[in-house]
Amino acid sequence: MPKVSMTINGKSVSGEVESRTLLVDFLREGQRLTGTHVGCDTSQCGACVVHVNGVSAKSCTMLAVQADGADVTTIEGLANGDDLHPMQAAFRENHGLQCGFCTPGMIMSAVDLAKRNSDPSETEIREWLEGNICRCTGYHNIVKSIKAGAQAMRG
Amino acid sequence: MPDTGIGAAVRRKEDFRFIKGRGKYTDDIVLPNMTYAAFVRSPHAHATINGIDSSAAEAAEGFVAVLTAADFAAFGGLPCGWQVIGKNEEPMIEPKHPILAEGKVRHVGDPVAVVIAETKAQAQAAAELVSVDYTEHDAVIDMTAALRGGASVHDEAPNNQCYDWEIGDRAVVDAEFEKAHHVTTLELINNRLVPNAMEPRCAIGDYDQATGEHTLYSTTQNPHVIRLLMGAFVLQIPEHKLRVYAPDVGGGFGSKIYHYAEEAAMTVAAKLLGRPVKWTSDRTEAFLSDAHARDHVTKVELALDADGKFLALREFTLANMGAYLSTFAPSIPTYLHATLLAGQYTTPVIYAEVKAVFTNTVPVDAYRGAGRPEATFLLERIVDKAASEMGIDPIDIRRKNFIQPDQFPYDTPVALTYDTGDFEAVLSSGLAASDWAGFEARRQEAASRGKLRGIGISCYIEACGIAPSNVAGALGARAGLYECATVRVNPTGSISVLTGSHSHGQGHETVFAQLVHEKLGVDIESVDIVHGDTNKIPFGMGTYGSRSIAVGGVALANALDKVVSKATKIAAHLMEASADDIVFENGAFKVAGTDKEVGFGDVALTAYVPHNYPLEELEPGLEETAFYDPKNFTFPSGSYICEVEIDPDTGVTDIVSFHASDDFGNVINPMIVEGQVHGGLVQGIGQALYENTTYDSNGQLVSGSYMDYCMPRADDVPNFTIDHQVTACTHNVLGVKGCGEAGAIGSPPAVINAIVNALKDYGVEHIDMPATPAKVWAAIHGGQKQAAE
Repeated sequence: MPKVSMTINGKSVSGEVESRTLLVDFLREGQRLTGTHVGCDTSQCGACVVHVNGVSAKSCTMLAVQADGADVTTIEGLANGDDLHPMQAAFRENHGLQCGFCTPGMIMSAVDLAKRNSDPSETEIREWLEGNICRCTGYHNIVKSIKAGAQAMRG
Repeated sequence: MPDTGIGAAVRRKEDFRFIKGRGKYTDDIVLPNMTYAAFVRSPHAHATINGIDSSAAEAAEGFVAVLTAADFAAFGGLPCGWQVIGKNEEPMIEPKHPILAEGKVRHVGDPVAVVIAETKAQAQAAAELVSVDYTEHDAVIDMTAALRGGASVHDEAPNNQCYDWEIGDRAVVDAEFEKAHHVTTLELINNRLVPNAMEPRCAIGDYDQATGEHTLYSTTQNPHVIRLLMGAFVLQIPEHKLRVYAPDVGGGFGSKIYHYAEEAAMTVAAKLLGRPVKWTSDRTEAFLSDAHARDHVTKVELALDADGKFLALREFTLANMGAYLSTFAPSIPTYLHATLLAGQYTTPVIYAEVKAVFTNTVPVDAYRGAGRPEATFLLERIVDKAASEMGIDPIDIRRKNFIQPDQFPYDTPVALTYDTGDFEAVLSSGLAASDWAGFEARRQEAASRGKLRGIGISCYIEACGIAPSNVAGALGARAGLYECATVRVNPTGSISVLTGSHSHGQGHETVFAQLVHEKLGVDIESVDIVHGDTNKIPFGMGTYGSRSIAVGGVALANALDKVVSKATKIAAHLMEASADDIVFENGAFKVAGTDKEVGFGDVALTAYVPHNYPLEELEPGLEETAFYDPKNFTFPSGSYICEVEIDPDTGVTDIVSFHASDDFGNVINPMIVEGQVHGGLVQGIGQALYENTTYDSNGQLVSGSYMDYCMPRADDVPNFTIDHQVTACTHNVLGVKGCGEAGAIGSPPAVINAIVNALKDYGVEHIDMPATPAKVWAAIHGGQKQAAE
């Protein structure tokens, strides 16, 4: 069985995985990081979004071995101890979540958007979210949260 | 200090774990020595099972066990919780709904066997090695064809009719139609949907050999209901030996109400194997096993006088049940549907006939709105059509027929009595906010750019806060629909609320804490709302039917009143005063007319350390339970206005604005209420423009994943504008009506009315949902363009 090593949320981890093991399963089962979720089987819903080498990626569409040597950040790694990441705080402040299942992927995706575009417009946010499906919020408050979170990230 | 009582937009307490990725959803749970299950499901819509050969699976790596129908022979089938009696007192046909298919499979996805292995991947691999020998039969897919006979889904229903039900006096209604000045007719389809909560279903069975206690972890909206149904009716496990625990649940919308086969299978397997067993659905499996929604074929007619006053309404509907009766299915197109056919109007006589039909498709049951979206859609579409045919303005025709404020409580001709409402208030507010009056100028501006603008309205009323038990029982419900709350005051003053309601996104941990703060003055940080675990909570009927605030919240309010009543007596004793002289406000008990007071926290401690205490008259402790059975449904209402712009070259419909004006009675947390409306609106827009569940003639589900089933995404929908009008519910102490489903109920006809309005120059009278670009384009290019005036 191949051995895979990576940094997850700043910590070096390694383990034996089957070649076919998806990154999301390595995170959820191998590392017990269950904040990253699986919502579909065709790579559309975005509940599984993490950052790999600073860029958002769908962890259901990557093999764990493809992340060998990478720097991976999951939702659990976003806050700084008890200090929420500004995007996390913005989601709470603006009621950008209801059941919370799509939320980790939404937040990770939003952080990547805000890093590339520090002041995204409503249209740019909605188009960016093509890869993130939410069934609860109707997106209205997610868009509001991301706008506020991006502004907070600008400082 | 921000306000954290009734009416405050308190930010949610539960958010912290979700935004940090620390939610505990059922699939996150790992138990020691756990095994994993994968179901073998039928690839055929209708077939006889000749044999099941699991030898290859048994030799697979990690194999632990395989179960088939034979292993469940000692147990009952999945129960139906609502019996409908049709015409001539004929009860519905109620075929057995086995846990695993017995002898026959009746829809693609029907579970045939379950394979259990050491890992999930091994279970899936082994399941694929199970070989089932089938003899295929013709599939029964189209409802009209199904009723004509030929192939039948169940032997007990040779023409596939489950029931033929009616409400209203047909002869009286027909007579009104005979003498009407104008009759408008509309044939329409309410398209089948798949609820698609983002969290797939999951069930973990566990059995404690030492105590004989079963535990089922499940993604359910109602753990006590599952405990009752599965324990009493399926597996014969006494309730005190069965714990059902629904931890964080990622959305439900109705699809997670039902007692599903997988729950029973995991419970049985865990005891059989002596190890926990976990099953997690994948998304395609969800399309094939979660209850589907809607699926009505309807003909509706409206009789009017020369001035456009409604004289009578009649409806004929075929409602798809799918292959088996799901838990609430028979009630959805009958008691939760036809009873709303009066809408906001004074239509004096109404008749509806609903035939429920079995087909070789996934079972159909309640989904956000459950019967009321279907009622509102047909009503608001036919009202618009009648207005168009008679040359009456669509707003005027509605106003002409509104129930007026002085007519409440209003007895509709379809069993329900509306308590209160002010339809003119929500209408005026909606018209102003959406600038209805300025539409013509916007239409012309769009036309100058080659685009077609349309504006549409939907005036809805719905019945929720389910339900008064005696009424439900008289109509065939096999359960009560009250709610339960225990308020446990802890000695040091914190509060634990044990509620039978269940939050799978609705924010009860915050909203219910607001109620406690309002009543007791306790900081919401000191209030813990406990839900989801039958071991912790006395009882409950769960969350669906927009009942949490109207039934669960009122149960909590009543329990809080009992706490205050007892605490008052304790305070009176502490202050050597009469209980009648005590006033409780801002968290303190005061002797009226003096400055003597004692805080709630001191009273709480005294209750548990009863040294200065009236022990002869009062027991120690401070914990009260209330069961609340609502006196009536509640009746949210509103006006939704949708404005669209259509590109005639592509048929693409862009929603340029959508305004929702709602009356939910009193609102506890306006931020959460708006969020519920947003979510409902997008589900309704999804139905109107994007979503459709497609079966081919062989019963194959063509739209079986997100590749083919179009879920609305952020750039498919606009921002919304929302306002509230308030007519407080007259029959509960909080004056609340509930708000969870209204968005999905009121929005589809607003969207379709807008599209039909946009296409009126092309002679388009109706367009069925989803109004995809292809359909809209075809309507434009197939229709005759009328000469512009």
